[in-house]
Amino acid sequence: MTSATIHSDATRLAADAWRRQTSLRRLYTGLGVGLLFVAMCATMWFADEANAGHFLDRLPHILDFLSWLIPKDWNDVWRALFDVASPHDTGTQEFNFPLGRVPVWGGFYIPEYFELMLTTVNVALVSTFVGFVFAVPFSFIAARNLTPSPALRLVVKRFMELLRAFPEIVIAGLFAAIVSIGPVAAIIAIGLHSIGALGKLFYEINENIDMRAEEGLRAVGANWFERIRFAALPQVLPNFMSYTLLRIEINVRISTIMGAVGGGGIGEELKLSISRGFGAKTLALVLLLFTTIFIVDQFSAWLRRKLVGEQAFLMSA
Amino acid sequence: MAITADDILSIEARYPHVFRRPLYQRFGPLFLVAGTVLYLAYALWFFSMPQVLRESHWERLPLFLAQWISYDLQPEFRLDQPEITPKYPRFSALGENPNPDWVIRNPDGTFTVLIDGPAKSVTFDKTKAVIVANGQTVPVSLTGGKPVISGPVPDWITAHDDEIVARMGFVGEVRVTVDRVKVRKRFLGWANFVFDTRSPFFGKPAGEVASLLVSGPELKPGTSNIALAADNIWNNAQWQHGDVWTKLLQTIVMAFLGTLLGGIVAFPLAFFAARNITPSGLLSQVLERFFDFMRSVDMLIWALFFTRAFGPGPLAGSAAIFFTEIGTLGKTYSEALENIDDKPREGVQSTGANGLLVQRYGVLPEVLPVFISQTLYQWESNTRGATIIGAVGAGGIGLKLWEAMRTNSNWANVFYMVLLTLAVVFVFDNISNFLRRRLSRTLHDYNRLQAERG
Repeated sequence: MTSATIHSDATRLAADAWRRQTSLRRLYTGLGVGLLFVAMCATMWFADEANAGHFLDRLPHILDFLSWLIPKDWNDVWRALFDVASPHDTGTQEFNFPLGRVPVWGGFYIPEYFELMLTTVNVALVSTFVGFVFAVPFSFIAARNLTPSPALRLVVKRFMELLRAFPEIVIAGLFAAIVSIGPVAAIIAIGLHSIGALGKLFYEINENIDMRAEEGLRAVGANWFERIRFAALPQVLPNFMSYTLLRIEINVRISTIMGAVGGGGIGEELKLSISRGFGAKTLALVLLLFTTIFIVDQFSAWLRRKLVGEQAFLMSA
Repeated sequence: MAITADDILSIEARYPHVFRRPLYQRFGPLFLVAGTVLYLAYALWFFSMPQVLRESHWERLPLFLAQWISYDLQPEFRLDQPEITPKYPRFSALGENPNPDWVIRNPDGTFTVLIDGPAKSVTFDKTKAVIVANGQTVPVSLTGGKPVISGPVPDWITAHDDEIVARMGFVGEVRVTVDRVKVRKRFLGWANFVFDTRSPFFGKPAGEVASLLVSGPELKPGTSNIALAADNIWNNAQWQHGDVWTKLLQTIVMAFLGTLLGGIVAFPLAFFAARNITPSGLLSQVLERFFDFMRSVDMLIWALFFTRAFGPGPLAGSAAIFFTEIGTLGKTYSEALENIDDKPREGVQSTGANGLLVQRYGVLPEVLPVFISQTLYQWESNTRGATIIGAVGAGGIGLKLWEAMRTNSNWANVFYMVLLTLAVVFVFDNISNFLRRRLSRTLHDYNRLQAERG
């Protein structure tokens, strides 16, 4: 037997094994994709069946539905945005732009929609602040390497998990019955949720810190607060801030949705305007909301890049 | 060893970034804190917090929370009728023929209602009522045209002009006027969770129900007992199990379908948006702005639009998540593509493979685990988000939750739905975490092999 045949035999064996393995993998991939496809078709059918209007019935009318959105006079969009009187005003709600002016001083006023947008953004900022203030101490207690007591750690961790998973809308509904419907109930709901969401991200950061500084402080007899303050906090603060900024982006969106279910702010007005088919008002609101979210996102991305560099945008599998 | 002035100066000179920090660094944190405090003061004023908190009803909170896990029965006894009989509100949890053992008709014609055993109870006839609680016995005379307590009034009783209200804590209360006695007795648990009062199985002990299911005579001719029981549970009027579970399934479907479709559309677009892969810089710019647009238009706006276009329901919700997800996934996919290692791609390119094959064998193996992981993460977070957008009419359990809360009386139903939602979120979190851990192990093995190969 020559070495050449041995070599070719080995190659053939290896090639066969490889082929078998690939065909098996292809089979699995194919099965997985097929299963996903079946699930997609089934869920599509289910969603269509359960909906008030069906997809294929409504599809030809999709442009009819959009036609109300196009205002007769495009200038009305600007007038709606800045509460300037419209020549089309006939006393109906569709064009009563100046009615919503919020007087400030003399002839100056804040246009209604800007005031509502401000409410929504303020709800997001205050609730993020609430979340941050509680999440920081909780996260140090919940971190495996820094916790003052393992029992307390478990309690705090479970508590934060509960806050995170609890539907915000229920907390908002509960507090709407207690502090009256409006932005304060929304702040409490989003704030409580933020505690859970930020707390989880924070304690994961805490568990990855370099413990040498903490050991040094422990060696000189520092107590728990001093070790947290001087060993842990300086390491984690930039990352904390980065996640908090990310949370602000999310909370602006949630607070808009909360507005639509009675939490005050721009969401409520948008929902009314769309359900009544006010083209100019809807466009003005969408424009304002879109611009605000875009600015908040970009500003936060810029600040995060400054704080922690490109790391803020990398993702791990 | 003491430090001399020269040492101090030389240390200062060696570490200028520690000792001579620019002003903004030294006072930055201070300004940040001051700014935050000022902003909070402004927010207090903006939301008129002090006034809102002053006018809020915190005493309702324990009441609502108690209603989450308990129910009450409210029998009323008219004293101005010829004969005293207990009357229960319509749709009471006791059904059409209530005969609870805690309402006792005594031989002497008086009634006794045990609210928490004999220690907390009320005994009455047309002329007088005796309220017992907290170790005290308080007789109320009903003959003088208004209820009168003889003797001192304990602090757990409020004596109004025409009504005596005795509060007994969690277990309930008694309200007495000259022409009626009203009792509210609270029970821990959920009433009629399995069978409602209209069901033929109502009020039967579990053993009897089981034997009926297995071998009993048909309660409704033509239907097997098992089918009847299933139908009764599914259509339970009070808990609406069928409706709740269907709506829950809608929420899950919305998140699944929206995320999946978003991923399918974002996948090819991301290759054209990634700056290192795109055939044209202009196309990449346009696509990046498109992704930003889809994200910034916000799920709420999409939900409201699609609710108007397709009518309320899960189709609108799925479409809203789909459109937002095109933006989010498109952005994350293209960022992942921009971070790839170029060497495998160059290798495949050098064999003369065409563009599609280069992507398939040079790029895809590297990014696919990241793509799937990101998609799973979005799926998980959309399962939570789908609950909220449901409340604006986009289908799912959100609207049902919101409606149950609006009436302020159905907190047990709310809690039932919350528990189901929590369970769903928990299960899907774990599925997604499990899959992502498996993926990250694949990634990890892949990286280790790469490293070993050098």
